[in-house]
Amino acid sequence: MPQNQIKQLAIVSGKGGTGKTTMAAGFASLAKNKVLVDCDVDAADLHLLLRPRVLKQEKYYGGRSPRVDLDKCTQCGLCTQVCRFDAVQNGVVDYVSCEGCGFCFHICPEKAIMMEEAFSGDWFVSETPYGPFVHARLGIGKENSGKLVTVVRKQAIEIAKEKGLGLILIDGPPGIGCPVTASLTGVDLTLAVTEPTLSGIHDLERILKLSDHFKIRSLVCINKYDINPENTDQIISYCKSKGVEIIGKIPYEPKVVEALVNRKTVIEYPCNEVQDILLKMWQTIVGLATGGKP
Amino acid sequence: MIISIASGKGGTGKTTVAVNLALSLLKESTQLIDCDVEEPNSHLFLKPNIHQVTSVGISVPRIDESKCTYCGKCAQVCEYHAIAVILKNVLVFDELCHGCGACSYLCPEKAISEVERGIGIVQEGSSNGIPFVNGVLNVGEPMASPLIRKVKERIWKDKIVILDAPPGTACPVIETVKGSDFCILVTEPTPFGLNDLELAVGMLEKLGIPRGVVVNKVDVGNREVWDYCQSKNIPVLMEIPMDREIAESYSKGIPIVFENPCYAPLFLSLFQKVEKLYGECRRK
Repeated sequence: MPQNQIKQLAIVSGKGGTGKTTMAAGFASLAKNKVLVDCDVDAADLHLLLRPRVLKQEKYYGGRSPRVDLDKCTQCGLCTQVCRFDAVQNGVVDYVSCEGCGFCFHICPEKAIMMEEAFSGDWFVSETPYGPFVHARLGIGKENSGKLVTVVRKQAIEIAKEKGLGLILIDGPPGIGCPVTASLTGVDLTLAVTEPTLSGIHDLERILKLSDHFKIRSLVCINKYDINPENTDQIISYCKSKGVEIIGKIPYEPKVVEALVNRKTVIEYPCNEVQDILLKMWQTIVGLATGGKP
Repeated sequence: MIISIASGKGGTGKTTVAVNLALSLLKESTQLIDCDVEEPNSHLFLKPNIHQVTSVGISVPRIDESKCTYCGKCAQVCEYHAIAVILKNVLVFDELCHGCGACSYLCPEKAISEVERGIGIVQEGSSNGIPFVNGVLNVGEPMASPLIRKVKERIWKDKIVILDAPPGTACPVIETVKGSDFCILVTEPTPFGLNDLELAVGMLEKLGIPRGVVVNKVDVGNREVWDYCQSKNIPVLMEIPMDREIAESYSKGIPIVFENPCYAPLFLSLFQKVEKLYGECRRK
């Protein structure tokens, strides 16, 4: 399948814990012919519900790191002086602070510093009962989560092209920083999951601005909409003023957590009306993604 | 003493713990700093008066084409591919630049100077007598860490400093928690909460920061979080019930210790446990 026929949907939120992964897993149960991707590479959770069988595991190198040959080092201190990240002190590198810029490597008069590829995590291609799944695990404290997101997304596109799957469903990370930016570039549609709390509203406004910045069409879903009806109304009028469509309002439902504890998606576990709402939301998304509406 | 509040998983209650902990301590000896610059929320609860706003930038290169010989050294040394030299053109990609300064230092023609490019702001103020600092990253700006570093420059070391961290375990979280004397990990008793708690514990082990856990919404989910804490010998410092009153006051941006003062002694006791554990770690 040519790449321009593959639609990409990213589920994002700004604020963490609003229900991105719950939605993604629910849609995984409903959608056909898709590749699933977990782009929350530093706190990935979607695999807990999708029961992946890993077919391929690859190492990810996110950049380079300096290594100092202390036999050559004369403790001249030039590296310490030029490093803007306070990451090297008398030839000893603080790898937590180091951003891998290589300034020290270039200026060392003794050529005592080498740059080495930094192993930064693993990524996986798996098969699941829901379809192919690409996921990753960023190494503890490693940099460049955005680059790892780009790697898994590329892989997902390859699989979609090869297997003729028309949809890539992305479970995004929280926030608005580099892994989110990397999750959004080139997607066709985002679904922002929010909740009717002041924090949820504040963070929704920022994530919608980010989608706007990339000129990506956004849809909104209000999770646990009944915990604060006034705030829900505020979200509705905000979205209206921005021309953003709200495609679903989900009530607070304890069964959703029960489903999770039983390692089931909300479609596979009796969750009362939540299932119907999710199904309707999915139909709306499919309609929009396939050009049913402008 | 610096106490960071982190979580792995988002939405577990970091801001709730940070804000209510700060409000339960002596205001003259406390400082609250919101390091979640991508999605700052503490100010929604504390409604601080902001006295000072400082814009924060990183230094990005500008090329003086009258001196440039297009030798390509700058592009060659840039690890982030933020500079490209194509024929007689030098392209600078500001968003990719980490501001390391290698290009300008190493340019043989001294043709590169640096200008500040704004990435966000640091706000300083106070709320209920408690000194408050946060950072707000510009929307569209990918790099949070340089702004977090600037926010943390405002730490007053003689105070009890509470740092509200972003979710996850990647660079912005590490930038926040490094240098902390203790880290409180807030989780919820679900498979997602547990999985992300394990990742956060791995991160703190690597950084060598003493840690304890607060379990929020204790009535949902299962007991696996407690079993894990026991197996790893991580103290559970506080349990917060799944309570409609808490959820409602949170949704309105009201700290629970204001809505129901019964919670204040519980947060004070959380602090006392942290202080005791920190003391024990120092003696070791």
